[in-house]
Amino acid sequence: MTTLLALPYWQETGIKLGLALAVIPTTSLILVYLFLFKMMAFMQSRLGPNDTGPYGTLQLIAEAIKFLQKEDIHPAQADRRVFRMAPVVVLASTFLLYVVLPAGPDAIVQNLDTGVFYAMAVSSLSVLGILMAGWASANKYALLGGLRAAGQLIAYELPLILAVMGVVIQAETLNLQGIVIAQATGEIFGFGAIGNPFILTQFLAFLIFMIAAQAELTQTPFDMPVAETELVGGFHIEYTGFRFLLFFMAEFGTAFAFAALASVMFLGGWWIPGFDVDDNILNVLGPGVMLGKILLVAFFIFWVRFTYPRLREDQLQKFAWKVLIPLSLANIVLTGIFKVVF
Amino acid sequence: MTDEEAVEETPAVDDTREQLLNELSQNLGDILVESHLRPHEDVWLRVRIDAWQDAAMISKNSGFEYFGFLSAIDWHIAPEGRYEDTEFDAGLTEEDEEPVEIDSSTGYGGGDTRFQLLMQLYSLRDQVGVILKSDVGDDMTVDTIRDVFPGADWHERETHEMFGISFRGHPTLHPLYLPTEFEGHPLRKDFPLLARQVKPWPGVVDIEEIPEHLEAQLEAEVMAAFEVNGGGA
Amino acid sequence: MTATSDREQMAYVSAQAADARVNVELDTGDMTLNIGPQHPATHGTLRIACQLDGEQVVVAEPIMGYMHRGYEKLCEVRTYPQCTTLINRIDWLGSFANEVPFILAAERLMEVEAPPRAQWIRTILFELSRIANLALFLGDMGVQIGALTPVFFAFRDRERVLNQIEEVTGGRFHPNFDRIGGLKDDIPKGWIEETRSVMEKMRTFCDEMEDLLVGNEIFQARCRGVGVIPPEVALGYGLSGANLRASGVDWDLRRDANPGLAWDQVDWRVWTHPDGDSFARYWVRLQETREATRIVDQLLDGIPSGPIMAKVPRIIKVPAGEAYISTENPLGEMGYYVVSKGDLGPFRVKIRTPSFNNISIVPWVMKGVYVPDVITILGSLYFILGDIDR
Repeated sequence: MTTLLALPYWQETGIKLGLALAVIPTTSLILVYLFLFKMMAFMQSRLGPNDTGPYGTLQLIAEAIKFLQKEDIHPAQADRRVFRMAPVVVLASTFLLYVVLPAGPDAIVQNLDTGVFYAMAVSSLSVLGILMAGWASANKYALLGGLRAAGQLIAYELPLILAVMGVVIQAETLNLQGIVIAQATGEIFGFGAIGNPFILTQFLAFLIFMIAAQAELTQTPFDMPVAETELVGGFHIEYTGFRFLLFFMAEFGTAFAFAALASVMFLGGWWIPGFDVDDNILNVLGPGVMLGKILLVAFFIFWVRFTYPRLREDQLQKFAWKVLIPLSLANIVLTGIFKVVF
Repeated sequence: MTDEEAVEETPAVDDTREQLLNELSQNLGDILVESHLRPHEDVWLRVRIDAWQDAAMISKNSGFEYFGFLSAIDWHIAPEGRYEDTEFDAGLTEEDEEPVEIDSSTGYGGGDTRFQLLMQLYSLRDQVGVILKSDVGDDMTVDTIRDVFPGADWHERETHEMFGISFRGHPTLHPLYLPTEFEGHPLRKDFPLLARQVKPWPGVVDIEEIPEHLEAQLEAEVMAAFEVNGGGA
Repeated sequence: MTATSDREQMAYVSAQAADARVNVELDTGDMTLNIGPQHPATHGTLRIACQLDGEQVVVAEPIMGYMHRGYEKLCEVRTYPQCTTLINRIDWLGSFANEVPFILAAERLMEVEAPPRAQWIRTILFELSRIANLALFLGDMGVQIGALTPVFFAFRDRERVLNQIEEVTGGRFHPNFDRIGGLKDDIPKGWIEETRSVMEKMRTFCDEMEDLLVGNEIFQARCRGVGVIPPEVALGYGLSGANLRASGVDWDLRRDANPGLAWDQVDWRVWTHPDGDSFARYWVRLQETREATRIVDQLLDGIPSGPIMAKVPRIIKVPAGEAYISTENPLGEMGYYVVSKGDLGPFRVKIRTPSFNNISIVPWVMKGVYVPDVITILGSLYFILGDIDR
C-alpha cells in the first residue's frame, strides 16, 4: 500500500484500523455461519438455519439485530462496573490481536518486530476479562466457570508459547512477516519450489499449538469454563443481549485470530508457491490465500469441538502440565539441536 | 403362634416357596402372625408391628437382601366414594356401599387395624419375593428399618408424609414430595380429592351402558373377532 | 473390557484425600450450589442441593416433588382402563412398558390370561419401548459429558422405533394400548417386515455409539472409576435394571421372575459388568439395546396366530384380592401392588418405580466427587422425573 499511495501516517493508520475493525465482525460472521451453523448441523444430521437469506446466510445478522434490541439487564447484586467492563476487556484483547496479523507483504496494520511476543502477550488478556465476568456476576455457576477458566487458560498459555518457540528458533525472528518469508524462501533438502512450511519440521509444535489453542478458546474438549450441561454457560451465564454478543464475537474472533497465527507460523501465511515474496500482487491475493488456510485450520478446531466430550478440570490440568509442557520443551531442545547441526 | 394356610387348590406345588416359607416361619418364630402362599407368586407374611425391624433383619439374613419397596395401605373406605355419577353407581344399594369383606381363607387382605405397612423384598439366590405386612397400631409409630435396608430411607419419608406413620429412629423424616407448608396426609382415605369435588368427573362416559338396539350387533362383532386370525404379515 | 485397575482407583482416592488435606489446612468455607430444578442435566425438574468445598461435593441431597402428580391417589378414583392413561405417563420414554405390569396384576386378580398372540405382541412392544428409551440414554450420556453430536443421532434413530410403535398403537409416547385380557388391536399388515429393518438400523446405531463414545479416551477418562457402587450397597438400596447389573449382580426379572410374557420363548442373555462405575452402566445399557433388537427379531419370527383378546366382560370388575407384579422396564424394576375390593377400580395402587430407588443412592454415591462427576453419575444412573415423582 505504501508503494501505491503515499499517505500521511495518521491517515494510513486510520484506514488500517478501520479495516481491521470491520474485518473482525465479518470474520466472526463467516466462521459462525460456516462452522457453527452449517458444518455442525450437517455433522449432526440436521440442516441448520436455512430460512433467513439464501441458505441461511443472513442468520447471524438477524441474530445480531435481535441481540441489539434486547433489554440491558444485570443481576441486582452484580458489581456493575466490573460486570460491564468484562466483555469489553475480552473483546479488546481480540482486537489487539488483529494488529499483527499479516494478510500480504504490506497488508498488515503494524509490522511489529516482536510480533509473536506481542500476539502471545495480548491473547492472555482475555483471562482477565473472563475472571471479571465470573466474579462480578454474583452467581455461583459463573464463579465456578470463571475460576475454572482462570486455571485452564493460565495452564495452557505455557504450551502455546513454548510450541511457538520452536518456530521462532527455526525462523530466527519474532516478526510474523519474517516468519512467512522464512517459510517462503526456505528449502526442503534443496527442493525450493514449495518453500519450507514449518508444519513439516515442526509437526509436534503444530499439534501442541492446536491443542493449546483449543484450550485457550475454551472449546470442547476444554470447555469446562462454559460447560453447558453443567454450568449452563459458566462465566457468561448472566450476560444477555449486546454484552453476550460481545462475548460471542470475541470467541469467534479469537478463533479466527488463532487460526490465522497457526497458518502464518506453520502453513506459510499469505505466500503460495510460484510468487516472489516481494510481489505486489500478493497484497491482493494474500488475503484470499490467508482466508483459505484459516478456514482449513478452523475446520479442524471446530470439528474437534463437535465430536469430543469434555475433560474434567483435574484431567485437563494434568494434561497440560504433565504432557504438553514436557513435550513442547522437548520440541525446543530438538529444534535447537537441529538448527545448530544443519 | 404361626397360623399357616394351606397351598391353593392347584396341584402345582411350589417347592422352593414352600421351603422358603418354612424357613422364614422358623426364623421368625412368634413374630409371624399370618402367612399365605400361592404358587409362583410372592410369599406373603404378616408380622407383629413391634418386631418390624427384627422381621426385616431376619428376612435379610434369610437371603432377602434386595429391597423392593415400603409403603402402607389405608383400609378405610373413602367417605366420599369414588365420585362417580353414573347410572351404574347410582344404582348401588346400601349393601353395595358396605366394604367388601375379603375372604381371608383364599386371599389376603387387611389386618386388624386401619393402616397396614407393606414391604416387598427379593431373594436373588432363590428368585422369590416376599411381601411383609404389618398392622400399624393406634400410635402410628413403627421402628425404622433404615439400618437394615438403607434404601428404606426415602420410602419411609414418603410413607410418613402420605399416611402419617412415624418411624422411630429415622433422623430426617421431613417431606419428600410435598411442599413444607402442606398440611394433612394425602393418601389417607379421608383426605378428599378436591378436584373431584369441585368438578364432576368427565370420564364417566366410559362406563355407560350401550343402547339396546346396538347391543346385539356389537356383541356379534366382538364374538366374531375371537375367531378371526388377526392381521399382520 | 477391563476392570478399572487398582492403581487408577488408588490414584483417584489419593487425589481426593490430598485435596481434602489442603482444604483443611487452608480452612476454606463451603458453598451451597443448587443443581436444578431447571438444569439441562437433571432430565426434568430434579433439584440437587450440593454443599461444595471448592469443586468437591461434601453433601449432595436430592429434593424432588416438583412433578408429583399424585398418581396413587388418582388411581383410586378411576376404573382399570382409565388408570392406564395415567400410568402411561410415569416413564414417558418407555411408553408401552409402563402399562404392562399393571395390566398383568389386574389379570392375575381376575385369573384371566391373555392369549399367546397378545403376550407375544406385548413382549415385542415392550422391547421396542426399551430400545427407544435406551437409545436416548446412549446419546444423552454423551451430552452430559460434553459430546454434542451423538444425541442427534440418537433422536434420529429413535424416531424409527417410535414410528413402529405408532403404527401399531396410534401413539408414539403414550400408546395406551394394553387392555385387561389382551391388546386393543392387532398389528397392521407389513409391520413385521418394517420392524425387522428398523432393528437392523438400530444395531447400526449401537455400533455408531460404540465408535463415537465407548472408544473415546476422554469419555473413558470421565466415566471410569466415577460413581462406583458395590453390589451389596446396590442391593440394600434396591437399585434395579442396568444399574444393578453394572455392579456385577446377575438379576434380570425377564429371566428370573417372568410374569407370563414371551421372554422364555426366545434365546437371549443378560449382560453384567463387574466394575460398577459410570462406564459400566453405559456399557451394559449399550449391550442391552443390542440384545433387545435381537430379542425383537426372534419374536417377530414366531408370533403365534390367534385372538388378540381373551373373553372378558365389557365392564370389568376385578375380584377382591391383592397382587404384586413387577417387570424389567427400561429404567429398572417397575412394579404395581394392586389391592382390589371387587369393584370397577382399584382400592389402592402402590407404584414401585425404578428411578425412585435409583436416585435414593445419590447422597451415598456423591460424597467427595467433583462437580463434573455429579453430572456424569446422574447421567449414568439414568432416571426420568415422572418415574421418581409419579
